[in-house]
Amino acid sequence: MALEKVTLGKSITNGLRKAMEADPKVVLIGEDIGKLGGVFRITEGLQKDFGEERVIDSPLAESGIVGTAVGMALRGYRPVCEIQFDGFVYPAFDQIVSQVAKMRARSLGALKIPMVIRIPFGGGIGSPEHHSESPEAYFAHTAGLRVVACSNPEDAHWMIRQAVACDDPVIFFEPKRRYHDRAEYDTAAASAPRGLFEANVIRQGTDVTLVGYGPVVKTMIESAAAAEAEGTSIEVIDLRSLSPLPIDTIVSSVRKTGRLVVVHEASSFLGMASEISAQVTEQCFYELEAPVIRVGGANIPYPPSRMEEEFLPDLDRILDGVDRALAY
Amino acid sequence: MSDKVVAELHEPTPSVGDGGPDMIQLLTPEGQRVSHPDYDKYVADLTADELRSFYRDLVLIRRLDAEGYALQRQGELGLWPSLLGQEAAQVGSGRALKPHDFVFPTYREHGVGFVRGMDPQSSLQLFRGVSQGGWDPAEHNFHLYTIVIGAQALHATGYAMGMRMDGNVGTGDPDRDTAVICYFGDGASSQGDVNEAFVYAASFDAPVVFFCQNNQWAISEPVEKQTRIPLFQRARGFGFPGVRVDGNDILATYAVTQHCLDEARNGNGPLLIEAYTYRMGAHTTADDPTKYRVSAEVEEWKFRDPILRLKSYLAHEGMADEAYFTSVDEEADRFAAELREGCVTMKTMPGETMWDHIYAEEHPVMEAERSAYLAYKASFEEAN
Ligand SMILES: Cc1ncc(C[n+]2csc(CCOP(=O)(O)OP(=O)(O)O)c2C)c(N)n1
Ligand SMILES: [Mg+2]
Repeated sequence: MALEKVTLGKSITNGLRKAMEADPKVVLIGEDIGKLGGVFRITEGLQKDFGEERVIDSPLAESGIVGTAVGMALRGYRPVCEIQFDGFVYPAFDQIVSQVAKMRARSLGALKIPMVIRIPFGGGIGSPEHHSESPEAYFAHTAGLRVVACSNPEDAHWMIRQAVACDDPVIFFEPKRRYHDRAEYDTAAASAPRGLFEANVIRQGTDVTLVGYGPVVKTMIESAAAAEAEGTSIEVIDLRSLSPLPIDTIVSSVRKTGRLVVVHEASSFLGMASEISAQVTEQCFYELEAPVIRVGGANIPYPPSRMEEEFLPDLDRILDGVDRALAY
Repeated sequence: MSDKVVAELHEPTPSVGDGGPDMIQLLTPEGQRVSHPDYDKYVADLTADELRSFYRDLVLIRRLDAEGYALQRQGELGLWPSLLGQEAAQVGSGRALKPHDFVFPTYREHGVGFVRGMDPQSSLQLFRGVSQGGWDPAEHNFHLYTIVIGAQALHATGYAMGMRMDGNVGTGDPDRDTAVICYFGDGASSQGDVNEAFVYAASFDAPVVFFCQNNQWAISEPVEKQTRIPLFQRARGFGFPGVRVDGNDILATYAVTQHCLDEARNGNGPLLIEAYTYRMGAHTTADDPTKYRVSAEVEEWKFRDPILRLKSYLAHEGMADEAYFTSVDEEADRFAAELREGCVTMKTMPGETMWDHIYAEEHPVMEAERSAYLAYKASFEEAN
C-alpha cells in the first residue's frame, strides 16, 4: 500500500513515468513537452530523467506529431503524442482518421499501431476559442480507434498506463479543468490491471441513471447528491470508454431505473449521447419509462468564455434533465 | 542628443544571435542611421513629423500591451499575449501598408491593428472572453485574429489570389494595385498550412507578403527546433524571394515591407520577410519563461530595444526633444486610462445571443435551442 494524495494531472505524469520505466520503447512527443513539461506540466521532469530522445519536443506541427509517431510505431516504438489543446488536434485529423485508424486493417493484421494520443479537452477554464472543445465524437465515430476519457486522479493513473500498453491506437481525453483535482489512492495498486474499456458505476441508485465521462462526472456526482436530498435516487455511471462503448453496464442500469440522462460538454447533436440513446432504445424499449434525455453543450461553436457557463451542463441543467426524465 | 538617452544606450550590443550579415538594418541598436543601397529610398522622404508619429505609435502600443498585461493580472482579461519587443516589426510593417491592402494577423498583432486604425479595445475582446473575434474585418482591412497556428497563411493566399482574379495587381495604378500581408511566427513556419500557403502563393503568383516575426521562441521551443536554416532562406526553395530585416529597427521594417508590398502589388509576389526580433515577455500571461530560457538572453535583447533606438535617432537628429517625448508619455497615460475604462465596462452579451450569427440563413436548431434556453431561464425566475 502506498496511499498518496495526488492531482489528476500528476497522476498522468506518474502513469507515464511508470510506463516509460517499464518499456524502453515508450516515447513521448509533443509541443513544449520537454523543458517546459507541457503547458499543463503533465510531462514535467520526464525529459530530464529520460532524455531528449524519449521526450521529444516536436516542431510546431500536429500532423507531424501524429504522422511521425505512426512511423515510430511501425518501427517498434510506443509513441505517446501530446496535443496541446483539443482545438489543435485538427491539423492531425487526416493522420489520425485515415492513417492511424486504418493501418492495421489494411495490412490484414500484419501491422499494429500501439499509439496513444493524449488530448486535454473540455471547457470551463476561461480561455479564448479552440481551448475548450470536446471533439471526442469525431474520433469515436472512426472505426479503428479506441477512445477513452478519465475523470478522476486514480483512474487517470492506471488508465494512461493501460492505454500505453494497448496494442491499438487509443485517443486519451483528459478533463483539463479537473487537472488540479486531488484524490487519495493507493498508487502502488493503481497499476493493477483493470478494464480500460469498462464503465464504472460510481453510485448506485434506483430512480434515474446518469451517464457521462470526463469533466462532467464530478458534476454528475454532485447532482446525484443534491437529488438525493430531494428524495430522488440516482445511479451514476462514469463511461470511461467512449469506443468501444460499455453499453452493457448502461443497459443493466436502465433495466433497473427505467430512466436515462446522458451528459457531456460536447454539442448534443450527434454527440456520444445520441449513440447511447439509440442503443439503449434498441435494447430497453420496454423497460424505459421515459425517453433518453441528453444534457449537452449547445449546437454552436464554443462560445466566448464569459458565456461558457450558459453553454456547459452544470448541476442545475443536469437536475433539469433528471426532472424531465421523471416527468413521464 | 539628451544625456538621458545617451546613458540608456551606452552599453555595447551583444554579438550572439544578431541576425547575421544578411539582415537589413537602417538604424543600429544605438540609433545610428546606416545606409543601404536598396532600401534608403523608402525612408528618404520621411518627414520629421512622420518619424515622430512612428515613435508615438511605438510608445502607444507598448502601453496598450502593458495595460493588457495588467488587466489580465487584475482578472479583467482571461489571457494576454504580449507584443513587448516586437513593436517596431509591427508598426514598421503596418505603416508600410496602404488602406486598401489587407492584413491577416495572428493573435499578437495588436500593434498592426492599432496602426490600421482599429479601436484599441478591439484586441481585448477575445481575451476578455466577450467575443471570439469581435470586429468586421472590412472596416480596416484587418482580418480577425487567428489562434490556430498558421491557418491564416492559406486564407491570406486565397485572398490575394482573389485580388489577382479581380485584376487589382500589376495595373500600374497605385490606387488599384493591392497586396495582402500575412503575419505569422517562427513556430508557425513548421505548420503544413504555412508551407502549403507558400506553394499556392508561388503557383498562383499571389500578391501576398508573408511577414514572419521570428521572435526566437514558440512558447518554450527555440527557433532552432523549427529550422536549420535562417527562415527567410526558406522562400527560395518555394521559388520566391525572402529577406531578413532587423525587426527591432522600425526604419528597416518599414522600408523592407514597402519594397515587398510594392513588388506584390506590381505582380511580383509572393515574398517572404523574416523580421528578426525577440519576444521580451512570456508567451502569454499563462506562460512561465523561467522554465526554459535564461534571463541573460532577455537582458542582451534589451540593448536592441526598438523604442530607445528610434528615440535616440530622433534626439540625435534634433527631430524631437525631451518635451516631445514627455508629451507622448502623457498621451500614453490618457490612452491607457481610456483603454482600461473601455475594457472593464465592456459588455458581456446575454446568453441567448449565443445562437446569433452562426448561419447566414435561418436554421431551425438555432431558433429551437434559443427558445428552450429562454424558457429554461424563465423557469428559475418563476421559481423565485
Ligand atoms: C495548431 C495549433 N497548435 C498549437 C497551438 C498552441 N500555440 C499557441 S501559440 C504557440 C506558439 C507559436 O509560436 P510562433 O509561431 O513562433 O508565434 P509566437 O507565439 O512566438 O508569436 C503554440 C504552440 C495553436 N495555437 N495552434
Ligand atoms: Mg515565435
